[in-house]
Amino acid sequence: MSSTTNSPTHHTSTIGAIGAPSRRNTELALLVFAVVIPVFAYANVGLAIDDEVPAGLLSYGLGLGLLAGVGHLAVRKFAPYADPLLLPLATLLNGLGLVAIWRLDQSKLLQQIGQAGGKATNQLIYTAMGIALLVAVLIFLKDHRTLQRYTYISMAGALVLLLLPLVPGLGADITYGAKIWIQVGSFTIQPGEFAKIVLAIFFAGYLMVKRDALALASRRFMGLYLPRGRDLGPIIVVWMISILILVFETDLGTSLLFFGMFVIMLYVATERTSWIVFGLLMSAAGAVGVASFEPHVKTRVQAWLDPMREYTLSQEGVRDGVVHSEQAMQALWAFGSGGTLGTGWGQGHSELIRFAANSDFILATFGEELGLAGVMAILLIYGLIVERGVRTALAARDPFGKLLAIGLSGAFALQVFVVAGGVMGLIPLTGMTMPFLAYGGSSVIANWALIGVLIRISDTARRPAPAPAPNPDAEMTQVVRPS
Amino acid sequence: MNKPLRRIAIFCGLLVLALLIRDNWLQYVKADSLREDPKNRRVLIARYATPRGDIIVGGNPITGYAETTSGDFKYKRTYKDGAMWAPVTGFVSQAYGANQLESIEDGILTGTDDRLFFRNTLDMITGKENKGGNIVTTLNAAAQKAAYNGLKAQGAKGAVAAIEPSTGKILALASYPSYDPGTIAGGSTSDAEAWKKLQKKNNPDDPMLNRALREVYPPGSTFKVVTAAAALENGLYTDADAPTKTPLPWTMPGTTTVLKNEGNIPCKNATLRVALQYSCNTVFGKVGSDLGNDKMLEEAKKFGFTEEQFTPVRTSASVFSDDMAPSEVALSSIGQFNTAATPLQMAMVASAVANDGTLMKPYMVDELQTHNLDALETTTPEEMSKPLSAENAEILQSMMETVVEDGTGTNARIDGVKVGGKTGTAQHGVDNSENPYAWFISYAKLSDNSSPVAVAVVIEDEDAVRGDISGGGLAAPIAKKVMEAVINSKK
Repeated sequence: MSSTTNSPTHHTSTIGAIGAPSRRNTELALLVFAVVIPVFAYANVGLAIDDEVPAGLLSYGLGLGLLAGVGHLAVRKFAPYADPLLLPLATLLNGLGLVAIWRLDQSKLLQQIGQAGGKATNQLIYTAMGIALLVAVLIFLKDHRTLQRYTYISMAGALVLLLLPLVPGLGADITYGAKIWIQVGSFTIQPGEFAKIVLAIFFAGYLMVKRDALALASRRFMGLYLPRGRDLGPIIVVWMISILILVFETDLGTSLLFFGMFVIMLYVATERTSWIVFGLLMSAAGAVGVASFEPHVKTRVQAWLDPMREYTLSQEGVRDGVVHSEQAMQALWAFGSGGTLGTGWGQGHSELIRFAANSDFILATFGEELGLAGVMAILLIYGLIVERGVRTALAARDPFGKLLAIGLSGAFALQVFVVAGGVMGLIPLTGMTMPFLAYGGSSVIANWALIGVLIRISDTARRPAPAPAPNPDAEMTQVVRPS
Repeated sequence: MNKPLRRIAIFCGLLVLALLIRDNWLQYVKADSLREDPKNRRVLIARYATPRGDIIVGGNPITGYAETTSGDFKYKRTYKDGAMWAPVTGFVSQAYGANQLESIEDGILTGTDDRLFFRNTLDMITGKENKGGNIVTTLNAAAQKAAYNGLKAQGAKGAVAAIEPSTGKILALASYPSYDPGTIAGGSTSDAEAWKKLQKKNNPDDPMLNRALREVYPPGSTFKVVTAAAALENGLYTDADAPTKTPLPWTMPGTTTVLKNEGNIPCKNATLRVALQYSCNTVFGKVGSDLGNDKMLEEAKKFGFTEEQFTPVRTSASVFSDDMAPSEVALSSIGQFNTAATPLQMAMVASAVANDGTLMKPYMVDELQTHNLDALETTTPEEMSKPLSAENAEILQSMMETVVEDGTGTNARIDGVKVGGKTGTAQHGVDNSENPYAWFISYAKLSDNSSPVAVAVVIEDEDAVRGDISGGGLAAPIAKKVMEAVINSKK
């Protein structure tokens, strides 16, 4: 699979990277592009809207360059063998996101409804905090396996984070119906973004210990390995929690993300296809069941099936207990109006989406102003980040690292799919944000932490360690299959 | 663990692929239909993003544009003498769409018409600002002013339509009370308030009604011109000066009701000329019932009744009924019963007579232009029908000229110009309880026998004393001013 780390023995878990170059200079060269491209985009927006190069161009360029430089130096010092693409790709997306947010800041319409104005500055501060967290992860997390110790603390932490928005007085109902925010002072935080990482640590730690039991103790039935009843416990618990999130926080995306992440990790841990089948059946049953009686989720599904009807209802101001939103249709119009090459930066009208135009719906701005070409490029960048994550999982030498890496990349991929698919009308809309592109502190900070953990695992995986800590697990728990 | 990892990698790849396919579907396959969806606000934003082309009368624009200060629509329409020209232009509003000429020629005015594609591309390459094309109308500013001011001076609801008989060019289209479309052109709250005030439910005067094209009134005695034409064309009478053998009193066939004349006028056995001169109901009622429903309807249709006209602004269809009893045909033939006509329709009647029996299709758009005045399309006059032979038209002309020289239409006399006309006083309301409509239709003939103008005026007067209302008293002076304005502008 990998040109540099290919191993002919596919069933061994260790793919060595012995003697591989560190690739730090490659990363630096790519980072230059990742900074220069958004700087050009920024100038382009200013020229399109005000006919002049924006005054903040220099400080913006220096700011982004500085952040990228700090990230690079931290990687060079603390994770010298890390994957060279993760940092530049995330920086590029973050930079483009900043440009799009700044572009929407210029919209009078969004300024009037309080959805724009100074948001780009905030986002730059959030980015700085995100990079700081990345650096902190690299400095303090010397070895990702130490996270294994916190398996059950992580579980408790994740549950707390997930349930926080439901605490009375803390939960903030600021987006259309979905209760996935908490209010602390003047800040709003989306704890689900952080829960994603913490939960991946718990799943990885838990499954690493239990995978043998889950994989081997099973009966064969119709070609599928049926797990024992008591082994079904964990998946049912996670499923129940997902359903609870769906019902009480009315957020299909978060629910799908966590359950999907668990099923992926369970499948990787046990190598049992039956878990995928179970997972699909359970998520389908849960989604259909909840969508048929929960009014908010039901509205989202209806808006997906017939966005024009939903738009008409919102224009007519129909009040029937649920909020009808024109957003879904407005987003489709934005994409359609962009066409193949887009209108160019600053020349579209994606501000018509109004609420959350710069967060959940930011991809529509790219769709309108950069067109099909731009959106495909962005989707491919996301695809590359996921690919690097999966490659890290493949290269990792320990099962915990493999599980954590695939959990994080899988969750990242699912999040991109759920949000982009929702905005483009492929699946019902959910209340999540495009990683790195969208406005929002929680999202940016959490995703930089996620990249930090992946960089740490990839560094460990690619490090030409003369003697990697002997981990008997890796060899002894090999599943020998009749093939 | 690597085998499932690879499968997960493929799964993630499929997720991205699904997004890519969906994106291609949205932004390539469905792009055009989404972009051009009329509910997509970008369509409107683009529409108001460039200055709108002008509507031109006699070389001068009667419209303009202004930059708006708020909202996402850049330019809005302005109007000069908006109330006077409203029946010609219609309106275009950022909030309420457009109607009539502004709506019909929207593609040219906004510059999105395919015929402007080459010009727009050229402008884009040369970096010029994109602007919509112009509509050159056939209207005559002096005639329009005379018509509107005449109606305004009367202060009553009414309308005027004037046509050039030889071509069908519409010279004047006035309606009163009117409205200034400039007050509703924007999208602000003051525009919304103005719009609300103009709606019929809030304003019984219904100022947005284009009475010249869209309102049908019982034409009363002016319809006798059509009846006379039917009599001549069908050979019922061949001479304007031969007695018609009409008894007085005349009882309508199939009834015991006597058809009355207005006052004591010499209608017994009157000639057609005298009957038209004094507006004898008996003579023309009898002509109608003698000819029968079919022949009357056929003649009325030749003048344009029963069909909507497209000038290109649509008019209401004027009415002459089918399947009537002989007494009803008699009443219809003197412009009562169900008979109803738009002012433009009655102007067409006068114009067909003046144009020696040939009715030209009425039109108001002379030329479509690019914004730098190159012609895109020029309208050529078109014959619509021939309701009268030239000989019969000449007979009818002489009868109508008698009306003005020596009959009910003396108020329309113009020195040195031959004017033919017909008055009308149409009853309406249950048992004629409401005030009648005062009508006057006429045409002018110059010394070279050419006819520059035919005009129809209707006034619905609620305040005037009933007895005072007559086509000759209220409507004829306005018709005269309009004809004079056209004649003077030709000199």
